Amino acid sequence: MIQLVPRQNASNLWQIATPLLAVLATMIAGGLLFATMGHNPVAAIRTIFWDPLFGMASGYSRPQLLVKAAPLILIASGLAIGFRAGIWNIGAEGQYIMGAITGAAVALALYPLEAWWLFPAMVAAGLAGGWAWGMIPALLRNWFGASEILVSLMLVYVAQRIAAWMAFGPMRNPQGMGFPGSRNLQQYPSASNPELIAGTGAHWGVVAAAFAVLATWFLMSRHIRGFHIRAAGTAPRAARFAGVRPAVLVAFCLGLSGALAGAAGLFEVAGPAGQITDRIGVGYGFTAIIVAFLGRLHPVGILLAGLLLALTYIGGELAQLTMGLPAASVQVFQGMLLFFLLGFDLLTRYQIRRRITA
Amino acid sequence: MTKGTDLAVPTVFRAEGIGKSYPGVRANDDISFAVRPGEIHALLGENGAGKSTLVKMIYGLVRPDEGRMFLLDAPHAPQDPRAARAAGVAMVFQHFSLFDALTVAENIALGMENPPPRRELAARITQVSHDFGLPLNPARRVVTLSAGERQRVEIIRCLLQNPRLLIMDEPTSVLTPQEAELLFATLRKLAAQGTAILYISHKLEEIRAHCDRATILRHGRVVESCDPRAHSARDLAAMMVGGQMRQIDRSGRQAGEVLLEVQGLSLPAPDAEGTALKDIALTLRAGEILGIGGVAGNGQEELLAALSGEVASRPGTVTLEGADLSGKGPEPRRVAGLLAAPEDRLGHAAVPDFSLIENTLLTAGARKGLVRRGLIDHGAARDYALAVIRDFDVRTPGPHVAARALSGGNLQKFVIGREVMQAPRVLVVNQPTWGVDAGAAAAVRQSLLDLARQGAGVIVISQDLDELLELSDRFCALNEGRLSPPVPTEGLTLDRIGLMLGGAHGMEEARI
Amino acid sequence: MMIDPLSVFLLLLGASTPILFAALGELVVERAGVLNLGVEGMMITGALAGFGAAYSTGNPFLGFLVAACAGAAISMLFAALTQVFLANQVASGLALTLFGLGLAAMLGKPFEGVRAPSMPAGPLRINWIVWLGLVMVPLVWWFLNRTRSGLILRAVGENHEAAHALGYNIRLTRLAAIAFGGAMAGVGGAFISIATVLQWTEGMTAGAGWIALAIVVFSNWTAPGVLAGAWLFGGVTVLQLRLQAAGVAVPVQLLSMAPYLATIIVLVAISARQKFSRRAGTGAPGSLGTNFHALR
Repeated sequence: MIQLVPRQNASNLWQIATPLLAVLATMIAGGLLFATMGHNPVAAIRTIFWDPLFGMASGYSRPQLLVKAAPLILIASGLAIGFRAGIWNIGAEGQYIMGAITGAAVALALYPLEAWWLFPAMVAAGLAGGWAWGMIPALLRNWFGASEILVSLMLVYVAQRIAAWMAFGPMRNPQGMGFPGSRNLQQYPSASNPELIAGTGAHWGVVAAAFAVLATWFLMSRHIRGFHIRAAGTAPRAARFAGVRPAVLVAFCLGLSGALAGAAGLFEVAGPAGQITDRIGVGYGFTAIIVAFLGRLHPVGILLAGLLLALTYIGGELAQLTMGLPAASVQVFQGMLLFFLLGFDLLTRYQIRRRITA
Repeated sequence: MTKGTDLAVPTVFRAEGIGKSYPGVRANDDISFAVRPGEIHALLGENGAGKSTLVKMIYGLVRPDEGRMFLLDAPHAPQDPRAARAAGVAMVFQHFSLFDALTVAENIALGMENPPPRRELAARITQVSHDFGLPLNPARRVVTLSAGERQRVEIIRCLLQNPRLLIMDEPTSVLTPQEAELLFATLRKLAAQGTAILYISHKLEEIRAHCDRATILRHGRVVESCDPRAHSARDLAAMMVGGQMRQIDRSGRQAGEVLLEVQGLSLPAPDAEGTALKDIALTLRAGEILGIGGVAGNGQEELLAALSGEVASRPGTVTLEGADLSGKGPEPRRVAGLLAAPEDRLGHAAVPDFSLIENTLLTAGARKGLVRRGLIDHGAARDYALAVIRDFDVRTPGPHVAARALSGGNLQKFVIGREVMQAPRVLVVNQPTWGVDAGAAAAVRQSLLDLARQGAGVIVISQDLDELLELSDRFCALNEGRLSPPVPTEGLTLDRIGLMLGGAHGMEEARI
Repeated sequence: MMIDPLSVFLLLLGASTPILFAALGELVVERAGVLNLGVEGMMITGALAGFGAAYSTGNPFLGFLVAACAGAAISMLFAALTQVFLANQVASGLALTLFGLGLAAMLGKPFEGVRAPSMPAGPLRINWIVWLGLVMVPLVWWFLNRTRSGLILRAVGENHEAAHALGYNIRLTRLAAIAFGGAMAGVGGAFISIATVLQWTEGMTAGAGWIALAIVVFSNWTAPGVLAGAWLFGGVTVLQLRLQAAGVAVPVQLLSMAPYLATIIVLVAISARQKFSRRAGTGAPGSLGTNFHALR
């Protein structure tokens, strides 16, 4: 008989080991899945995890790593803070879209003005757009007790439809020959978010992601507010006793994660994506949830997890091209990863013992 | 005085050499005792002595590692509580095993193996509850019942099974003295019908007054089996604790100027189960200890929250040394010198998953300079945790250990120490020795007296009347959110206190 | 513009059925004390499995049966995580949704662009599955409020410590509830692919699972409330489609927001009522969303 015994202190070793175990288990399970679909499992795993970095096409795919990782890390850094406090913002995808729209709106309204302050103004608008979209569930929870999980998620669908409306209506490129989609900001120098160092993929979003990692690390480990956030997540009554006002915490966490997601959307629309279309949301907001958990809600972990999941995006595309794996296999992979992680997490909180029978 | 079991007399229940281990703890070790028909048998011991583990095994919730049990001379090894119930064991839990959202009838049906159809069950509940003088309305939802009425539900649930052995785990901890008397009258009636009752408690006077036999546990072992009426409370305490109790030093205090003034404090109930505070007024002087007694659920938590600052109140209701703190949160109140220690150690007074170092940051950030301009000084927090551990004799491998890993007594010493060492002007504590072993309880009480001697004011909210009589200079009763005017503690009797606590409220119908 | 009330009601019945199934299933799951946010993932799984089976065999009813099994099967992933591995229920539910959406998208490729077999109409020319959904409402109510198993399930959801102390098997009860919720979500999803859209497209549940979760809150955890919520949602959807068809001068994209906005508004209204009306209170089960582990 196997018995679970709660640990008194969460195991540090397993804190680090479980994400690695989860990745390994996902590779094995994913390989099995690909094998049942008639693909060579070893080749598939190699294509996803190895070739983008060291394979033949790595010259193209390596810069893509930072391009894809930046929004994931930026969003996940904000989400992790809320998750620590037990505040579940799962609508980052919507905040990302709204940040892209509000940020792009500044540029599109001022086109063709060229000014040094235009891009900073867009960033501010992107932050504000995401913040405002995140504050809706925060206020509805504080005022009426509505679940932030469901409201933030519903707002994703609303944001997607606003994006579609923008792309087909108010923001449609007048010179676009009737095609949906806004002007391409990559061709608008003051508004574009270019590659800062050629060949690296690093744009302003990458800088912002690095800054977000540092800032959230400082907040969570050095500042009393971070302490209060962690306390609120594990013992809400103790946090109130310490002086935390729950409503303020809800607004802070949802506002901050919304703003960071909005910034990620702005950097994307002004850079790699280039324009507002009805497909501006590509799922970063949802994948970032996995990044946050895989990174154990810790800034450094999120940095590594963001890079890893960016790799699965790029590797997945590669496998799609070279082996004909379906595009959605990346999503399956990411879902599996979260499953395994949550399962193995048991080991950090419990010891497994064999029951001694008399 | 006999030890062990006498096989010549018929027994309802018998344990032989029962043992149970948990990782790192020997909860029960070689326990043997017997309960006879019609007997009220006390199981006496400190917190952590192994009483709960033992009865959980009899009720099938936990399986023993070694030893044998017999019910009516048949081997008793229940796989689960249902098997135990089928064999004739019933149990009333310390923390009621009731379902708030369900009705009385549904709650009772859940405790029976083959409940009759709804109407029939309702009729039987009405009848049996009247027969025993514990009337109940089967259609009412449990959430609307008082603590005494809830216990009635549990008891009726047991009675409908016609149990041979009825286990009661600390049943009087939620009752006024008068309500407890009614409970014992019921138990006597049951015992007269031949039901054996296993009665768990650490209240010595109660056991001396009502129990026929007592088995005393210490550190998981049976240390004595005796007739409690033949011993003094002091003797029983010595057997339970294993040595003499430390005497409390009450000397050297005198009441000074008024520190805390509460006037017209009214607050709505925080939720469906909470209690509204109604026009609370009190004054507290320097060097004084004010005791606030009351049965659980009469507004104790709400009063502490209103004083600690977790809940704000109307302007002018809470004043500390002339400064109005009514609208202020916990942090500004701490800065002003008003500190508090809530009842629930794990999850309210401390964060279970955090280390002791981190738990100092919960309340001592400002007064001890552990947090400056929002930045945490981890070194200072560690030093403060070590100081509390040293001065309050907190037994822990070190300050890095999570709060949940400490025993109740040690964590309580840490929590009280964390507040006392901040040199508060006023300290408010709720249930400071609840679930704590005698040694730690004495240390906590002494530290509160010492704090008052140094000129601070202390408010002790407690359900333990002996504790209040021992500590406080003046006594108030909290009853359904109302606070009685204070009376001097000297010369106060338990009967008088019982009446102040609302007598046998909620039990009146029973006596008509 | 004239709208014939009867035909609107029939459309409403159809539009509300997927949500009705999913929300009734989730109602039982939540009454057992489990919050499964994976409804969307289970619905999309049911939508694909049901469509695949219906298309391959030509029998739509077999499709619904397979959908129920597939929904229950994938819900067991969530059940294993939360009941055996004691993982956080919110995170596990999200994982189930993300995984289900991905898996269905991956396995659904061969079924894109083909049509579902047609279904024979039931009594009063209303789809048999719509009837089944309507019958399930009193059935679930009866089970929860009038049967011994329903009482135990509610007890487990209300206070798992106490239910354990009385000797009831928390894990088994919850596993059964989760499986039922999965099967119901599967049927709800399959109704979209087999009976409404008549084909398979990626992500076709479009948030219906999340709306079902909101409907459970709206219902204050009662079966009749779920029906009311599902009809309300169905009504908004039908109205919105009618307005689109009538060519109202509002962009299609904005009109199609209506169900989601309506869900938010309804959620806010009902949460406010539960928060501010002391009498009403909340019908949320006491142990909702928390895991249980007993040391024996």
